[in-house]
Amino acid sequence: MWDGIGDFLAMGGHAPWVWGSYGAAAVLLVLEMVLLGRRRQRAYALLRRRARARQTAAVGHEAGGDA
Amino acid sequence: MTRKRRISWFKFASPPAFVALVDRLAPWLWAGAVLLAVAGLYVGFFVAPPDYQQGNSYRIMFLHVPAAWMGMFLYLLMAVYAIIHLSWRVRLADVMARSLAPTGALMTALSLWTGSLWGAPTWGTYWVWDARLTSTLLLLFLFLGYLALHASASDREKGGRAASLLAVVGVVNVPIIYFSVKWWNTLHQGMSVTPTDAPSMAPSMFAALMLMTAACWLYAAAIGLRRAQVEALEREVDSEWAQRMAGSTEGAEAPVPEPGAGRMADERGQG
Repeated sequence: MWDGIGDFLAMGGHAPWVWGSYGAAAVLLVLEMVLLGRRRQRAYALLRRRARARQTAAVGHEAGGDA
Repeated sequence: MTRKRRISWFKFASPPAFVALVDRLAPWLWAGAVLLAVAGLYVGFFVAPPDYQQGNSYRIMFLHVPAAWMGMFLYLLMAVYAIIHLSWRVRLADVMARSLAPTGALMTALSLWTGSLWGAPTWGTYWVWDARLTSTLLLLFLFLGYLALHASASDREKGGRAASLLAVVGVVNVPIIYFSVKWWNTLHQGMSVTPTDAPSMAPSMFAALMLMTAACWLYAAAIGLRRAQVEALEREVDSEWAQRMAGSTEGAEAPVPEPGAGRMADERGQG
């Protein structure tokens, strides 16, 4: 259907509109995934910190009880 | 029998079961979205012929229409969760509604952007204040308003209730968008795909549109569920189950999954 890669990229003269649409979609979706991935890692890091704090507190409590 | 099924449904309304369920579902949803998008883009760019009137600019449709549908659908879904949240105070319903809003806003923004770029070569203008375009812009503002309200109150529960109320009130806009091309004289073209009539386009174009729509569905499901999972964990930072699910051992590189943490350790870093 296309006469080479140049013809494909030219989109019959509609390149700015077609690629402007698909490019924006790619950027927005990747951005959404990256932002959510970072938010997820932050949440997990916070949960792990809280878990460690809880364990430390529990150990401290036991030690305190023994003494 | 019925009783048993009902119990298992309630099970997923509890945050720990929900978080575990998303871990099982998400990889399949991502994989499906990628496969369908690749297939849809292939059919849309290499099988479907140019339009006899619009040339190649019509290929924007494969993005524009799924994004517009998804924006409206996500709003409806968000409103359903908002009703559940308001009526029965189900926390997970608020988590779901809040998690769908950013993707709904993104899809609506994308439908406006692609519509604008499609309108330029087709109508000769990027924007007109006609019923379809204006009501879709309102949909974007409703999503953003929901998010702003949700974040407005220092008390999350209060902000969530105000936002849910806005979501429910704003739902009248969705049928206005959908039927606007029938009810008013708009520059926007009428429906090419309806639930009742045969689609008014070539079969390969229709196939590409359906593949891209399905990809969009799976993407929205994957990202929406993932965000709901993170949101549910963020709201439970002090509870033991959430800490256990995040893997209580150090380091993101080699966490040792605790019993019940499921496969979370393998999938960290995704979506």
